[in-house]
Amino acid sequence: MLEIAIISTIKVIFVFVALLTACAYMTLIERRVVARFQTRLGPIYAGPNGLLQPVADLMKLIFKEDIIPEHVDKKIYTIAPLAAFIPATLSIAVIPFGSSITIFGREINLVLSDLNVGVLYVFAITSIGVYSIILSGWSSNSKYSLLGSIRSSAQMISYEVSMGLAVVSVVLVSGSLNLNVIVAHQENLWHIFSQPVAFIIFLICGIAETNRAPFDLPEAESELVAGYHTEYSAMKFGMFFVGEYANMVTVSAMATTLFLGGWQGPGDSGILSMFWFGLKVFLFLFLYLWLRATTPRFRYDQLMNFGWKVLLPLAILNVLVTAAAVLII
Amino acid sequence: METKHMTLNMGPQHPATHGVLRVKLTLDGERVVEAYPVIGYLHTGIEKTAESKLYHKVVPLTDRMDYLAPMSNNLGYCLAVEKLLDLEIPAKAQWARVCLAELTRINSHLVWIGTHAIDIGAMSMALYGFRERESILHIYELVSGQRMMSSYFRIGGLSKDLPENFNEEVQKVLDMLPSRIREYEDLLTNNRIWRNRTVGVGVLSREEALKSSITGPMLRACGVKHDLRKAIPYSSYDKFDFDIPTRTGEDVFSRYEVRVEEMYQSIKIAQQAIDGMPEGAWEAKAPGIVSPPKEKILHEMEALIFHFKIVTEGFHPPEGETYVGIESPKGEIGFYIVSDGSPKPHRMRVRPPSFINLASLNKICKGGLLSDVIANIGSVDIVLGEVDR
Repeated sequence: MLEIAIISTIKVIFVFVALLTACAYMTLIERRVVARFQTRLGPIYAGPNGLLQPVADLMKLIFKEDIIPEHVDKKIYTIAPLAAFIPATLSIAVIPFGSSITIFGREINLVLSDLNVGVLYVFAITSIGVYSIILSGWSSNSKYSLLGSIRSSAQMISYEVSMGLAVVSVVLVSGSLNLNVIVAHQENLWHIFSQPVAFIIFLICGIAETNRAPFDLPEAESELVAGYHTEYSAMKFGMFFVGEYANMVTVSAMATTLFLGGWQGPGDSGILSMFWFGLKVFLFLFLYLWLRATTPRFRYDQLMNFGWKVLLPLAILNVLVTAAAVLII
Repeated sequence: METKHMTLNMGPQHPATHGVLRVKLTLDGERVVEAYPVIGYLHTGIEKTAESKLYHKVVPLTDRMDYLAPMSNNLGYCLAVEKLLDLEIPAKAQWARVCLAELTRINSHLVWIGTHAIDIGAMSMALYGFRERESILHIYELVSGQRMMSSYFRIGGLSKDLPENFNEEVQKVLDMLPSRIREYEDLLTNNRIWRNRTVGVGVLSREEALKSSITGPMLRACGVKHDLRKAIPYSSYDKFDFDIPTRTGEDVFSRYEVRVEEMYQSIKIAQQAIDGMPEGAWEAKAPGIVSPPKEKILHEMEALIFHFKIVTEGFHPPEGETYVGIESPKGEIGFYIVSDGSPKPHRMRVRPPSFINLASLNKICKGGLLSDVIANIGSVDIVLGEVDR
């Protein structure tokens, strides 16, 4: 029993640190990659090639004065950033990030929790993130924040429906809600080939869920300054920021697990499987950056139309067709 | 349920108001009920200052109005004073003015396409626009020594002769630009999101545009083929071959298309200008009004005296008043000058295209969404320095 507790603790620390490092370095990669797209250099001065930039950013955010404006609802205002940060980091727990490794003759599965309702868990946890947006927008008592939070919560709720339906068809095909089983089911054929429509819907919804370009209108700085976190400063702002990046990583990891065969790849050692997993996740993250550097932004009404009138019917149709196919075969 | 409209104060510090424009928005949810532009945050008093300056010392003031199109402002002012004085400008100066004025138009439109696109969310466009603009600022620096406030045109001609490698350097820019502008079009013109955001947005009907004396690309996007370069040709524009692009969409997208097309036309005009650049004098022969060339000032007694007199005392134009309007990148910029015979203008009034175009903001924003306000402000293409003067 003690052994299991120790192993679990080590795994939790490892995954948590890895996730936070990924988030921190994602900011650097984002700035460098987008700078390349825009014929700039990006941050290069902190450390070799700017590698210490995330550390510098973190130090700055920690030591900045934490301003709580007078007109805000203090309790909710303080809780909101936590509500953004914690769910974003929790959902990674059920995602298998490798096959298994053997240390001291003991086989360790590379997943924090092999939950039999993993898919539901991820959805339940990420939905909590919407609260942080509503609460921060409401408690800030600022018009820009309010508009941003209304846009954002409407957007996240709308796109979660289609996203869920896209995942339902994957669940239908693989016959399980357990993410490990879903990965195992893709041994011969990745779901991206058997469920291409679901993949595209999931991808679009994932980008919308994380409020990234071209769906970044909650924080469209040309319209709403910074959207729901306009009034936040210092580490409270930092938590929204890390939360956003952690969400990006989670959605990419989910896309990898559901459609790209998870950690599967050539070679069967545990370390190699972690590498494949990391590579696939990075491909998705790069796609985020690529989109951000290229596309203009949607308008609120167009976004809603697209979500409800195009994606949702398509997702429902896809589920029906998949269900029929599963029944017949 | 009882509902109330929300008043949102946008600006004067706001990333998408292109300077210090303030817009008082009355919103019904995200829908705009009223958009009331408030100006005056960049008031510089240029018109009033001009009254206490000698005529040629007003030229640097004009740079600072529309700081994205300094050469156009210089040209308008110089033409007005030259009309007052009845000066004949040598061909080389006219050709150089046309060439630089067209480069200025491209310069202004490049900044416009960049800022307009970043407002709508296409972030990289801003950097691309500014990258190409840099090459034009390089030309400015080459001829005048200044990147932005060039003050290169003077009453009676140019401030100095064109540098020897002027044609080559301009040629380099003109060779580079068309492919780059095509890249912008690849990124934007057929982009679904861009079209969704601009087509049918911010409609200003042809009648409304004519009634509100809108000029420039905004008017041409309503299908009115009006361009002062063709209507009242100045500075030998009648000797150049070019088209006036028009569109009939009356919306943000048409304004975008017109401006992109104008950039191609400007490249064509500038090409003709450097190909057919005449030899000879680059400033008018008008002793006492036009300062002699620098080399003469340094070596000839009479030239030095003339120079001294012009700088300290100025010149006395005949009494009267004059108005000259030219086609600046933003529309008709006009200079109305009243002379009482003294070496300083009695009154200088500028007809600012940005200001007059901005006045219709409420009309084009009403009924649209909050996001459209941003697209609309961008499509009007304002420079607050010129709006407030």
